[in-house]
Amino acid sequence: MSDIRISDVSVGYGATTVLDRVDLSVRAGSTTAVLGGSGSGKTTLLRVIAGFLRPTSGQVEIAGRTVAGNGTWVPPERRGVGYVRQEGGLFPHLSVAGNIAFGLPWPRRRHRNRVLELLDLVELPAHLADRRPDQLSGGQQQRVALARALAPGPDLVLLDEPFSSLDTALRSSTREATSRALRATGATSILVTHDQGEALSFADEVAILRGGTFRQVAAPRVIYGEPVDALVAAFLGDAVLLPGTASAGAVHCVLGDLPVRGFVTHGDVEVMLRPEQIVLTAPGAGQLDAVVRSVAYFGHDAVVELDLEAEVAVGEPPHGVRARVAGAQPPSAGERVGLAVVGPARVYPAR
Amino acid sequence: MPASSRSRGVTTAAALVAALAVLPLVVVGVQASAGGPGTAIDFLFRPRVGELLVHTGQLIAVTVPATIAVGTLAAWLVERTDLPGAGWWRTLLLAPLAVPAFVSAYAWISLAPAMTGFLGAALVTTLAYFPFVFLPVAALLRVLDGTEEEAARSLGLGPLAATRRTVLPRLRPAISGGALLVALHLLAEFGVLEMMRFQTFTTAIMQQYAVGFSDTAGSLLASVLALLCLLVLTVEVVARGHRRVARVGAGAHRGAESVPLGPWKVPALLSLAVLVALALVVPLVMIARWLLVGTEAVAGEDLLRVALTTVGLALLGGLLTTLLALPGAWLLNRGRSALSLVLERVTFVASALPGVVVALALVTLTVRWARPLYQTVGLLVLAYAILFLPRAMVSLRSGLAAAPPELTEAARSLGARGPEAFVRVVLPQAAPSVLTGFVLVALAIGTELTATLLLAPTGAETLALAFWSASSELDYAAAAPYAAVMVALSVPLTLLLRRQILEER
Repeated sequence: MSDIRISDVSVGYGATTVLDRVDLSVRAGSTTAVLGGSGSGKTTLLRVIAGFLRPTSGQVEIAGRTVAGNGTWVPPERRGVGYVRQEGGLFPHLSVAGNIAFGLPWPRRRHRNRVLELLDLVELPAHLADRRPDQLSGGQQQRVALARALAPGPDLVLLDEPFSSLDTALRSSTREATSRALRATGATSILVTHDQGEALSFADEVAILRGGTFRQVAAPRVIYGEPVDALVAAFLGDAVLLPGTASAGAVHCVLGDLPVRGFVTHGDVEVMLRPEQIVLTAPGAGQLDAVVRSVAYFGHDAVVELDLEAEVAVGEPPHGVRARVAGAQPPSAGERVGLAVVGPARVYPAR
Repeated sequence: MPASSRSRGVTTAAALVAALAVLPLVVVGVQASAGGPGTAIDFLFRPRVGELLVHTGQLIAVTVPATIAVGTLAAWLVERTDLPGAGWWRTLLLAPLAVPAFVSAYAWISLAPAMTGFLGAALVTTLAYFPFVFLPVAALLRVLDGTEEEAARSLGLGPLAATRRTVLPRLRPAISGGALLVALHLLAEFGVLEMMRFQTFTTAIMQQYAVGFSDTAGSLLASVLALLCLLVLTVEVVARGHRRVARVGAGAHRGAESVPLGPWKVPALLSLAVLVALALVVPLVMIARWLLVGTEAVAGEDLLRVALTTVGLALLGGLLTTLLALPGAWLLNRGRSALSLVLERVTFVASALPGVVVALALVTLTVRWARPLYQTVGLLVLAYAILFLPRAMVSLRSGLAAAPPELTEAARSLGARGPEAFVRVVLPQAAPSVLTGFVLVALAIGTELTATLLLAPTGAETLALAFWSASSELDYAAAAPYAAVMVALSVPLTLLLRRQILEER
């Protein structure tokens, strides 16, 4: 089966290192999202896998075949790797059908069946086959680009921020159609993105790329619930980070004594809670009381910034404790509330 | 590995072409210094050379500002005001490009024989060359959208001040580029100045050559001329500046509101009409007049033979030039490398070399080292290729840019190998621009006079040569049919350039 194995891959231009001894394995038929900020090297990684860039060192193995490293180099056209970019990159001089059939062997290019099959796979109507790329919407262009990449039956499909140029509504529908098409063909895929929600909802595994190396590679639930360090926690989702002191299975911080999951140490630590772990109650009904400083209202939910009364009393600067509450009835600024912490905290060694 | 050996082939080809492009400069330089510094100084510090320098300077000092003023104002009137019939004016103001400058000089001199000398030279060159400024400025004015002007207006500036402070600074590269072209054409001009009996370096070199071929004297004058061209090039680089002129930020492009001319409408229309009358109507009417005067002056089959020779040379030269420009253009579009940088500079320098310098260098080379090649069609076509290589390069580069590397990569990841990707993706994208480049070069060759005079095989006659020999003998009637055919052949050029303005986005 077509497992993808990237081992020890480095890429550098002169003195700058873009990828620093990167390892990544992708199980056949699964989707891995590579999540990173701009300049983290995520597109570079895709270009190495696709064969447009030679790594300075390391190996790339696709479906049990070494395509780079150990003195071998397989050019992009013989790798069987589909590539979908941010802007689609459709051939402007060819029709939709011409684009989709581009990678098929010559005798099969004329048959319309395969083109129609692929249009259907990406959930586009058959009558678009004779349109020109500039007559399509952005979402349709992306779907055609995906169909084009899937047409030759690649072992691996690379998706380079394929949804980021689309507007919100189009983005989720295109993403879902893409996901269904990939699953239907059983293709292995790697998605590069800077959108956390996209990474968490789209992929079987999420890999966090920062500063040229993978900080953590794990299933979405694991990576959100148990980030390996405070940087990953803050990068993926919202995190409340507080100083604290740990002792035997619990940690003491400004929110009181909290149970701890995972890594336990003694002494000064950094405590991480997700804002949705902080629940608002009536004043006096929770573990401690606070005053609402401000509310950011998003409709489906709201983020409430809190000043703890304990902090205010001693004149301590606020720690930025935030709660994420359901959108129906958010409190208003200045209101007194109680708060409680749900679930265990995670602690990291103090920085 | 096949990929790298292929790109090595392209690199070698591009390097050879670049060497060919600077060859004339090297030959002229070596030739000029052959006599030693003493000879050079004796020759160059004569009053005659000083006089040529003054003449050349005078012409540049008058014609360049005149073309800037006329070209920029006309472009602004056509593109940014509510001038009636702007589309027609745009075509009419580009049309003088279809009349070779020496043909327009012939028209004026046959209309007013007393017009020789500096004033005639300045008038005819201004009328013939102002479209070089009009074209890039009009194209840029169409691209610049009105948001910056509107921002300036909302900051309290009046319409004229807003134009002066937001539009004019951004026109600088276009104006400066157009002025460079005018200055280089003035330095290279032979036909107009010879007819107007106004001596500059180019006419002096041509006379030197006609009197008796002297390597050193000709080469010394030619190297001064080449130096002047490089000087003009440097001045332009400084004048252009490197400020950002493109719009910042995304968003849909929106055209500018046109400025109402109000009471100025009639004066504006009148001055454009006078300009078109002088630059276009006078030459066309004079050609028509001489055609009517001397209907039997030229036998039909002579005209056909000469026209066919010209078309043949133009097609051959266009093809060779396009082929030679291809590797370099491809390499330049592949991103930065040491060689591509050298290539860019070389093409840039080569674009400043006048036909007389290129031709003289090739004459020197072949007379010395390859006598059998002297005055052959092959050498003439090679001279055309060296002369018009930069022109072809511009079109080819924009054509290849239409097929960005991403598309080639997409083709390769779909299983197409390098050459296959080139044929199936790059070529279909680039074809229109490659064709445009080819046509532009072929049309330029069709009316080329200076290099053709020096290099044409004995007995071979082109339209420009036939026209030139007739008009030098003051047989204006005999010259007219050739002029008419040259103008007719140049009409597609004007149409191509007009499309260039309209499509610039």
